[in-house]
Amino acid sequence: MSGAALAFENVGFSYGKLPIVTGLSFSIAEGSVVGVLGPNGAGKTTLVRLASAALTPSRGRIAVFGDDLGSLASKARARRIAVVPQETHPVFEFTVEEIVRMGRAPHLGFLGIEGPRDAAVALEAMESCEVAHLRTRPFRALSGGERQRVTLARALTQEPRLLLLDEPTAFLDLKHRVAVYGLLGKLHRERGLTVVIVSHDINLAARHCDRLALLRDGAIVIDGTPAEVLRPEPIRSVYDVEVDIGLDPSSGRPFVIPRGVA
Amino acid sequence: MRPSRKLAGLAAVAALSLVALAVAASVGPSALGVGDLLAVITGGGDPNGRAILIDVRLARVLLAGLVGASLSAAGCAYQAVLRNPLADPYILGISGGAALGAVAFDAFAPRAILVATTGRPAAALAGALATLLILFGLTRFRGRTETTALLLTGVVLNAFDSAVIQFFVSAGDPARFQGTLSYLMGAMSSPSWAVLATVGALTAIGLAVLTAQSGTLNLLALGDEEAAQLGVGVERATWVAVLAASLVTAAAVAFTGIVGFVGLIVPHAMRRLFGADHRVLVPASAIAGAAMVMLADAAARTLFAPTELPVGVVTAMVGGPFFLVLLIRRLRES
Repeated sequence: MSGAALAFENVGFSYGKLPIVTGLSFSIAEGSVVGVLGPNGAGKTTLVRLASAALTPSRGRIAVFGDDLGSLASKARARRIAVVPQETHPVFEFTVEEIVRMGRAPHLGFLGIEGPRDAAVALEAMESCEVAHLRTRPFRALSGGERQRVTLARALTQEPRLLLLDEPTAFLDLKHRVAVYGLLGKLHRERGLTVVIVSHDINLAARHCDRLALLRDGAIVIDGTPAEVLRPEPIRSVYDVEVDIGLDPSSGRPFVIPRGVA
Repeated sequence: MRPSRKLAGLAAVAALSLVALAVAASVGPSALGVGDLLAVITGGGDPNGRAILIDVRLARVLLAGLVGASLSAAGCAYQAVLRNPLADPYILGISGGAALGAVAFDAFAPRAILVATTGRPAAALAGALATLLILFGLTRFRGRTETTALLLTGVVLNAFDSAVIQFFVSAGDPARFQGTLSYLMGAMSSPSWAVLATVGALTAIGLAVLTAQSGTLNLLALGDEEAAQLGVGVERATWVAVLAASLVTAAAVAFTGIVGFVGLIVPHAMRRLFGADHRVLVPASAIAGAAMVMLADAAARTLFAPTELPVGVVTAMVGGPFFLVLLIRRLRES
């Protein structure tokens, strides 16, 4: 499986006796941008948590850049994979800069002393996520969209090779949604960052991802280019919704207009 | 706050603590002021005054300082790991568990080792750890700790611990339990140098670990999952932090008993001054906590002299209302 940024081999996971993911296998090529779509409860968040070792699979194997995920030390893992969670609720009044700088933790030594490069990486990440002007503000006083961009900046500060985003645009307004996808595209082009985005926004994902995977009941129903995946039949079988498919003339990508419940 | 300003702030807190030390060592029944203290420090002064200042007052003031530093740093660690700003060694019942361990040691240890200064802290540590296991077992579900469950468990553990302590005192050998009841509210006295050295060494180890781990405390405060995603080995880091916090708590409780609310008030005040970053918060709390208990003990010795108040009475009379205000604010938030 070399050349794969992330590979699931027949991965299963259950909460107690309730199976959430059953026999999930896929491989994500290094340097690609992949959208994971599917209805609520399809196992999308579980997939992110498995891929970041927050959950341990009950069977199967997960590999990141060729190495077994379970055998990587915590810090080594966090230098390769960064996660932007749906929401984050710190209980203390950390400032934006403190939150972002925590992304350097996997690069620091035993005593956690930061050097000038650590500060520079954090600042650059804050600038690219347009949160540098907020850096002395308390994180908890920010709007949902601002928080999301701060956690994205923290993830970039980890300098990962693989970025996992769990519904990164759920709390964002239209402008910032477009901006986040634009930023992800730029990072992908400039740094070869591999990006996996769990999303409810089919059209933004179709426009910005090389590949889409439709998930239902913990298994992949269809996986391929946006043109291959976004057809009425697979969408009906995954979302129980009838849709019309259009073609965006500027990008050549398909877009989806829901018509009614199937 | 810029790092240089934080350093300056830390230096200011340290300077104030030195002033607190001087004040605490200068007040007492014999009229020995700051002037006498300075004379003694520089090697002069009259021999009688010297004995009182160093062996009686200074030893006691230093013990109070160690207790304050320990409880405040422990408070920071428990608050971060449990993600709850109301956590405090006393409120959680850890101090009570340590006190029970120490009293059980007094009750059961053979007379030969009863006099050893290391036995009591070891027994107090065992009591603190047993309490910690119960607390984690009952309140830490899937990495979350609910405030209500945490406080309720602490209340029950405290009630149980003090009941068992009172049982030992009432039913046990009276010769072994002189003064044990005042232990429940913090019985500060002038320690022997051996006791002071033992408490000092344990505190130094625990504080060194907590300071080295302070960056990790920041990450743990975000929650187990995010901490893991940022490269923390969560299970191990959590245990290192709570073991170090319990060690310093046990060291504080072993010879002075239960001094409540210090680990709540001090980190809260320091967070106001320095923000939430534990790399500053932990050392700042240790220094300011030392000052707080030195002054509280000075007040306990002098306010109603010649009667001495237990130092825990002073900290609880300040800390109780303070805790209620924080609790009300927190309940309003959620």
